[in-house]
Amino acid sequence: MADGKNDKLKELAQKQMAALDKLCEDHKNRHYLIRLYTCDAIGCHSGGSSDVIRSLTEVINSHGAMEKIRMVPTGCMGLCGKGPLVRIEADGVKPAMYKLVGDMLARIIAAEHVIPLLKWIEGGRKGEFTTSQFLKDNELCLDLPFFTRQHKIVLRDMGHADPENLGEYLANEGYDALKKALFKMKPKDVVEEIKRSGLRGRGGGGFPTGLKWEFAAKAPLVEGEKFIICNADEGDPGAYMDSCIMGGGPHQVIEGMMLAAYAIGATTGWIYIRAEYPLAIQRLETALRQCKKHGILGRNIFGSGWDFMIEVRYGAGAFVCGEETALMASIEGKRGSPHMRPPYPTQKGMWGRPSCINNVETLAAIPIIMRQGADWYNKIGDEKSRGTKVFALTGHAKHGGLVEVPMGMTLREVVEEIGGGTDTGNPVKAVQTGGPSGGVIPASQFDAPITYESLNEMGSMMGSGGLIIMDSTDSMVNIAKFYLDFTVDESCGKCSPCRIGGYQMLKTLEKISKGKGEIADLQKLKDLAFAMKKASLCGLGQTAPNPVVSTLKHFEDEYTTLIKK
Amino acid sequence: MEKEQEDQVRTAAKKWAKQRGSLVMALHEVQGALGFVPWDAARIIAEEMDVPLARIYEVVSFYSYFKLEKPGDVVISICDGTACHIKGSPGLIAAFEKDLSIACGTSTEDGMFHLQAVRCIGCCGLAPAVVVNGKTYGKVKPPECATIVKEWKAKMKDKMKDKVS
Repeated sequence: MADGKNDKLKELAQKQMAALDKLCEDHKNRHYLIRLYTCDAIGCHSGGSSDVIRSLTEVINSHGAMEKIRMVPTGCMGLCGKGPLVRIEADGVKPAMYKLVGDMLARIIAAEHVIPLLKWIEGGRKGEFTTSQFLKDNELCLDLPFFTRQHKIVLRDMGHADPENLGEYLANEGYDALKKALFKMKPKDVVEEIKRSGLRGRGGGGFPTGLKWEFAAKAPLVEGEKFIICNADEGDPGAYMDSCIMGGGPHQVIEGMMLAAYAIGATTGWIYIRAEYPLAIQRLETALRQCKKHGILGRNIFGSGWDFMIEVRYGAGAFVCGEETALMASIEGKRGSPHMRPPYPTQKGMWGRPSCINNVETLAAIPIIMRQGADWYNKIGDEKSRGTKVFALTGHAKHGGLVEVPMGMTLREVVEEIGGGTDTGNPVKAVQTGGPSGGVIPASQFDAPITYESLNEMGSMMGSGGLIIMDSTDSMVNIAKFYLDFTVDESCGKCSPCRIGGYQMLKTLEKISKGKGEIADLQKLKDLAFAMKKASLCGLGQTAPNPVVSTLKHFEDEYTTLIKK
Repeated sequence: MEKEQEDQVRTAAKKWAKQRGSLVMALHEVQGALGFVPWDAARIIAEEMDVPLARIYEVVSFYSYFKLEKPGDVVISICDGTACHIKGSPGLIAAFEKDLSIACGTSTEDGMFHLQAVRCIGCCGLAPAVVVNGKTYGKVKPPECATIVKEWKAKMKDKMKDKVS
């Protein structure tokens, strides 16, 4: 009886594997003369990329050329400030990218670039292929430092792959790392590999991922269970890296999570994702459906005998739920109030089970590290901060968007070269990193490298990856007030240093910006900040004063000017 | 609540009751269907999911995503994330407040418009951004706010006409 069941499972796994191989081969064997990519990540999507895709399709269809051209809605191409973006590629032809594409421009691109290019290729590539001056004026130069100075690892496939196409992910070596781990590696080998890679938590804390996994792996199951949790509750206002990674590479995150689960011996995975990201949720759920259908998730995965499932739970607009213990409380169906650590979640987490929580970007890096090896990864970046970091470069950036740079690159390179300085033409005054938990860094310190340690030393932090450029007209008191207003609103109210301290700091700031402040208020702000940092229960309260402390440190004159008025 | 809505709530609650860690998900489903979480719906969830009503109130009131009162037909959400803030969202809030003669966070008397500031919607490249019933407007300037209101007034008028005819 049991043997019969085993045979059936074996047979099912073989069938599923064959189907997956076919999906992969089919994708590899389909050849197109032109590849037409339209960015369909959140920014471009909101800017109307669906209309762009429809218009492109209509025109190409009217020429009966759909078979020869691959239309791909992709993940984030990066330069969100100039979206919707369309990119045209063909073998042996320099790629072209169009900016700010609307319905009309899309039709012109299709009729006067894509179709003529197709005819030129089919006609034997005679002479040089050129487009009209009008189209050239709407092109983006792909030699911009914005494109050339980046180092894409986590974002490697974004902008080139259809997030809803499992075949394409497989053709790009997707799930190869998982297969390798399941069949050729012991769980502890996976932990070792990640330890050796030097990867640290990309949610902001910077805790070594391999070490966290080691703790989780050592924890015994509780009532037969252990969890891996993906933190996709990206609450930092002005940051959208995780939304784009989840929406642009859901399979990459799922594979990373499965590798983590295998390494630590987790029985179930949970993805806690912000409800405000419907597009990312939709793409994630599509990917999960594909995985279940093809046996990538479920029982006896790839015939290895290993079972694993992933559950999705939505956040509901509480910034504090990015904190590990609050996140778990939220999934448990409670208010998102944090609690004291230890015990750490890796020992006693959700419903008392050991739970390992990793951020989206961290998990998305895992499959690539496992594929290319720890020795490859740990050569990129800085000595203590290895690899790359994805930033959402926004605010007054001339070239704003999603960028991935090696750790150790200086802020100046990111702000002035990749970001191209300000869009206003005014000089850059400062950047803000780390969101409401971080601080401002004045332009005079831009030669510092981007590492966890150096950002901390400057009174800011890595955070999840918001990098906001502020120009000479932006008020530092205003920005401090903006962030404090946010954290006061988002404080869960459980501990008094955060609840009362934050409110008092905000009132003092409001008083100062109304011109009613006194010099003594500055000391009061510093004292309150000290108390909050020392005595708050969780990271929210401990870091909430950072925007005020850092602006006071670097731009105290802006406070005193307001007071003296 | 009408019978049909009551059934909707009960079905959602029953479905989620079978799974753990699902109170927030059940609330999402109810709000998705009804636009808010009415008191009667909370009572049904409590009953079906075997959760104290007080717990549901505690949860609904904690998370800013959930609404206990019916929002306006047209919800204008002004993104007030950092990127939008720096690029002028306070000016947009003021412009909408002036045009609709209501304060941010409230609805017009006829219940047609609801004005709210929201945290980052993730479209920082379009800053400052405004979302109206799911439609996103990017790089909005204060004078354009009145045009947006006009556009939606006209849309709602057409909708009413369709309903009557």
